Amino acid sequence: MSRSDALVDADWVEAHLADPGVVLAEVDEDTSAYDKGHIRNAVKIDWKEDLQDPVRRDFVDKTGFEALLSARGISNDDTVVLYGGNNNWFAAYAFWYFKLYGHDKVKLLDGGRKKWELESRELVEDVTPRPRRSYVASEPDTSIRAFRDEVVAAIGKRNLVDVRSPDEFSGKLLAPAHLPQESAQRPGHIPTAKNVPWAKAANDDGTFRSDGDLRALYADEAGLDFGKDTIAYCRIGERSAHTWFVLHELLGQQNVKNYDGSWTEYGSLVGVPIELGAAG
Amino acid sequence: MSDGCGAPAGGGAQAALAGIDIDRQAVVQGTVIHNGSAVSTGYARLLNDGGDFVAEVPLGAEGEFTFFAAPGTWTVRVLAPGGVSVDRVVSAGYGRIVKVDVVI
Repeated sequence: MSRSDALVDADWVEAHLADPGVVLAEVDEDTSAYDKGHIRNAVKIDWKEDLQDPVRRDFVDKTGFEALLSARGISNDDTVVLYGGNNNWFAAYAFWYFKLYGHDKVKLLDGGRKKWELESRELVEDVTPRPRRSYVASEPDTSIRAFRDEVVAAIGKRNLVDVRSPDEFSGKLLAPAHLPQESAQRPGHIPTAKNVPWAKAANDDGTFRSDGDLRALYADEAGLDFGKDTIAYCRIGERSAHTWFVLHELLGQQNVKNYDGSWTEYGSLVGVPIELGAAG
Repeated sequence: MSDGCGAPAGGGAQAALAGIDIDRQAVVQGTVIHNGSAVSTGYARLLNDGGDFVAEVPLGAEGEFTFFAAPGTWTVRVLAPGGVSVDRVVSAGYGRIVKVDVVI
């Protein structure tokens, strides 16, 4: 993959608003954002209601994903362009999720909803219904998803990238600062993890930095060995999906997994090692 | 509920704190104003004392924003259409709501 395969800009989206083979989908943490205004013809994906199993802590299964995309009027042949708030955190999570279920024709709108709004581009409240489709998903591709035992076994052996803010990494904060600091799990980070906050990969307007800047950030500044497998994590797996997107899709690293259990799982496990304090 | 500057929080700002135990939080809250009116299209981001990104929220309908920080010094950066980027430095502490109103 490369930047041109995985990213589109706002001008491209405006030129394809009426393209029948292109489906825009807004994915947000604040799911009321879509209702207040969205890009014309975009469908809404609620990252919690639509993408999470209602009982277990896990994804919706293959059947559930097929039902979701069919109901949103998305077919296997459509190019899906994802965008959202929070600098595309949840859109990147959905991108990773679409890839996991085998939808290759998926792209992110660079800068997401924020850049679109800051450029005063059109947002509408009207919802344009799409006819129902019959979507068929592939079996989940777990080569891009890490689970807890694999993460524990990776300590000191593979690249572990903690993409949370330095204050969450050190244990000063338990969650991003737009959320109340309430949690039962222990603060800190996985031993040997390098702290490369997701925000270092993005400009203030939410767009991704250049490939050269990104390569320098991970390889030179953070000292990531691109010859090793890499696992990225954050708190619940959405910001690390943003970093997975950078490493796997923009920089073309094939051996990268997102650990969506992330700190809310790891920081609650009994008996696993935890480190406190700032990055060395 | 304490209030760092004595100004009452607006409706959206109050709603952000509903059910929250303020004694356990270090709240940074404010409103963005332009020409006397609330700015509802824009973003507030919180940076730590090293300049690193910590959090970002879209402005509310009344131009309001709320962060749950930790004791210490933080920078609030407001982004708005037209290339506006304005920084304000604040000092937060548990049990306090620090108010930072930003005129752009």
